[in-house]
Parts: sequence; C-alpha cells; structure tokens
Amino acid sequence: MATLDKVARTILWQELIKGFALTFRYMFKRKVTLNYPYERGPLSPRFRGEHALRRYPNGEERCIACKLCEAICPAQAITIESEPRADGSRRTTRYDIDMTKCIYCGFCEEACPVDAIVEGPNDAFAAETRAELFYTKEKLLANGERWEREIAANLERDAPYR
Amino acid sequence: MGELFTSTIWPLTVLVFQILAIVVPLLLAVAYLTYAERKVIAAMQLRQGPMVVGPYGLLQPLADGLKLFVKETVIPTGANKVVFVLAPMVTFILALIGWAVIPFGDGIVLADINVGVLYLFAVSSLGVYGIIMAGWASNSRYAFLGALRSSAQMVSYEIAIGLIIISVLISAGSLNLSAIVRAQAEQGWYVFWHFPMFMIFLVSILAETNRHPFDLPEDESSLVTGYNVEYSSMTFALFFLGEYANMILMSAIASVLFLGGWLPPFDVWPFTWIPGPLWLILKICLVLFVFIWARATLPRYRYDQLMRLGWKVLLPLSLAWVVLTAGVVLAFDLAPSAAG
Repeated sequence: MATLDKVARTILWQELIKGFALTFRYMFKRKVTLNYPYERGPLSPRFRGEHALRRYPNGEERCIACKLCEAICPAQAITIESEPRADGSRRTTRYDIDMTKCIYCGFCEEACPVDAIVEGPNDAFAAETRAELFYTKEKLLANGERWEREIAANLERDAPYR
Repeated sequence: MGELFTSTIWPLTVLVFQILAIVVPLLLAVAYLTYAERKVIAAMQLRQGPMVVGPYGLLQPLADGLKLFVKETVIPTGANKVVFVLAPMVTFILALIGWAVIPFGDGIVLADINVGVLYLFAVSSLGVYGIIMAGWASNSRYAFLGALRSSAQMVSYEIAIGLIIISVLISAGSLNLSAIVRAQAEQGWYVFWHFPMFMIFLVSILAETNRHPFDLPEDESSLVTGYNVEYSSMTFALFFLGEYANMILMSAIASVLFLGGWLPPFDVWPFTWIPGPLWLILKICLVLFVFIWARATLPRYRYDQLMRLGWKVLLPLSLAWVVLTAGVVLAFDLAPSAAG
C-alpha cells in the first residue's frame, strides 16, 4: 500500500505541484528588497555615519579644542591644533579627520563634552579620490550645517537612553 | 513593366512586409520576454527585479541590447572563424523561420503548407546544429562539452515530442496547423483529450529549448556557461535572441497543438469578441509563464537523470499514448475524414 501511495504521488506530480504552488504564492508576497537609491531602510538614531562638526544656534562653533576625541580615537584618525582666539576663548585652528583611517566606532562622539563632533546619518559619502576623504575643519563644519536638522533630531531621540 | 510589377515586385513587397510583420513584433517580444523573466523570477524570490532603467525598468531590455551591440566581438585565435560566426546566425535564423507556418488566426498565416507540423519539427531539430557548430568552432573544452550535452539532450527529447505530435495528428487527421486548430474547434481542445501528453510536451519543450530544469548545456557550475562561453557582443546576443525566440516558438506550437490556437476558450459573446491572434498571444504568454515559473521553482537535473527521464519515462509513455489514441480512434471509428 505504501508503495502504491508513493507511485501515485509520483505519477500525479504531487511534489512538483506543491513546489509550483509555493513559488506562485510567493510571487504575490510583499517584496523584501528596496529600490535602493530611491528607497532606504530605517536608520537608528545612533547610526554612526559621516562626521560633522556642529555649531550653537547663535553660530558659534561648539568645539573647544579639548582634544578628547583626538586622544580617544583608536585609529588615530583625528588631528587637532588650537590657539586662543582674540576674545580669549580656545578654538581649533585645524581639525582634520582622515576618513580612510576612521573605523566609525563613535568614541569621538562619546568623548565630546559639548556634542561638537558627531557622526551623522549620512552613509553615502564615497569619493573618487583618496584626497577627498581627508576631511578638514571646513568640510566638517559644512557637514554640520548640512545635516544639523537630522543630527539634532537623532540626538534628541537618543537622549533618554544616555 | 506592368506585368513584371504585378507578377513579381508587388507579391515580393507584400511578402517582405508580411515577414516584417512577424519578425519585428517577435524580436520585441523576445526583448520583453527577458524583462518578464527577470521580473517574474524576482517576484517569486521576493525581489524587485530591474527598476532603474526607465519606469519600472521597462527600458532595461533596450539598454541590454544596446550594450551588447556596442561591445567588441572577440573571436578566439583557436576558433574556426567561419563556423564560429555562422553558428549564432544559424541558431537565430532557425528560431525565426519556424514562424512561417504558425497560424495567428483563421487564414492569417504566412505559409499555409500541408506539412506544417513536419516543417516545424524539422526546423526545431535543425536548431541543434547551431549549438554544435558553436561548441566545435569555439575550440574550447567547456563550449564543446556544452554542445555535446545539448545535442544529446535535444535529440532525446525530440523523440518524445515527435510521438506526442503523432497523437495529435491522429486526432486531427491533418499535418496542416490551421486544420489542427479547426479540428479542435469541433472536437474540443486537445489539452483535455491528451492532457498527460500536454504535460509531457511541456516537459519536453523545456528540455528542447535547454531551459530549467534541463539547462545542462548552460550549467554554470560545471561548464561555466556551456556552448556560448567564447561568444561576445552581437554573436552572443544572437544566441540569446535565438534561445528566447525558440522558447516563444515552442510555446506557440504548444498553443496551436493543444490549447486551440486562435480559438476562444468558450464560443460565447465576450470571448468571441476578442480577435483570434490575441487569444493565441495570450496562450503563448501562458505557456511562457510556465517556462519562467519552472525556472524559479525547480533545481537542475543531473545529466543521467535527464537522460533516464527522456528515454525511460517520457518515450514509453508517449508511445503508449499513441497506441491508445490510435486504438480508440480505430475502435470507435472516430478517424476524421482526410480534409486538411
């Protein structure tokens, strides 16, 4: 009887039909892939992407050249030089991040006492030359201006867990 | 001059236009078949498929075609150049000339010859030459192995296809494809009378066109890509077009032999209102969907399994069905009058 059963299943293509039915059902399921450049997946507010230097709402740069980020950076990607400004406050004259060295660990962000250096939500900053990845202070401040809205929102969303 | 015009030039012009009316839509259909294949398989694998070129990726086939057209044709040093270049042309042309006898509607056929079925069978059998020429002329091991596999496989499954067609011929009493469709109008579609043979026919045309799950000639994992490894640019494109045009041709044959060609499924108003050629196209699309569906569903056969299936299962089954059909027709005196 078991043999007969097996033969009947083979002749009636039972397994084939099951398989075909499965693929047919899957055809109408929701797609799991995204149309990438136009659609993106959700990002955590903690996402560590491209760096940015922020400013206070009045336009003053936040960074006070304490060099904690430079000290903690495990890849030694950050280089800072500083001088007292005319008004007596200490500011950076040079703030470079070598993005080819950076390991995106987020320690700089954690170390910063004034939330000046942050890693923003931008993950699409590939460049065609190596030189473009040596970020200077100007580039980082420009990033800060460009991404301030998203960065501020992310910091606020993440604040309760810190 | 006037006589020359009416006797030669005008009929020739009409003929050329008729041929173009078949070939141009066919090539477009081939292009969009590749698109449909990618989309359907993507959907079955929960992906989106081509989305970038044009809205919903609709211009993707054109982009692919253009890319192949612009690339350089590389001819290997060891290759036999004449045969190497000839092979893709043979494949492509054979995939096209089969369409001459496919009836698109009642009386809408390029060449309404009495041996249409034989002609189709001959053309599809010749298709193996393009492949074996490509494999031999490439002077490459992979290509040659692919060609050997392909020819053995196509020869094996053609026998099953031939026997299946004989069952249909016994029922219809004609080798003329239009007559076969007309016979189905009287007797009902052969997919009902010869259902097991229809299924075997589907399996056989998968093997005949080297499609999944019988795509051993193009087995990436063991042959890199089979008989067309050494081809590039337009020579490759011609193989590709030929393969897909063959798929459409085989689907058309299946539609004509089993699914009633241009006939609507029910002979009542909303169905009879849709013109016959459209019904044929719909049926072809249905069979093509099965081709793609099978590709998304089934794993590849092993070569000995493929041969066993062809010779030990499909061949005896179709042979038995021929005997059965002939017996029933003889016993109940159902033989149609030799009209076609």
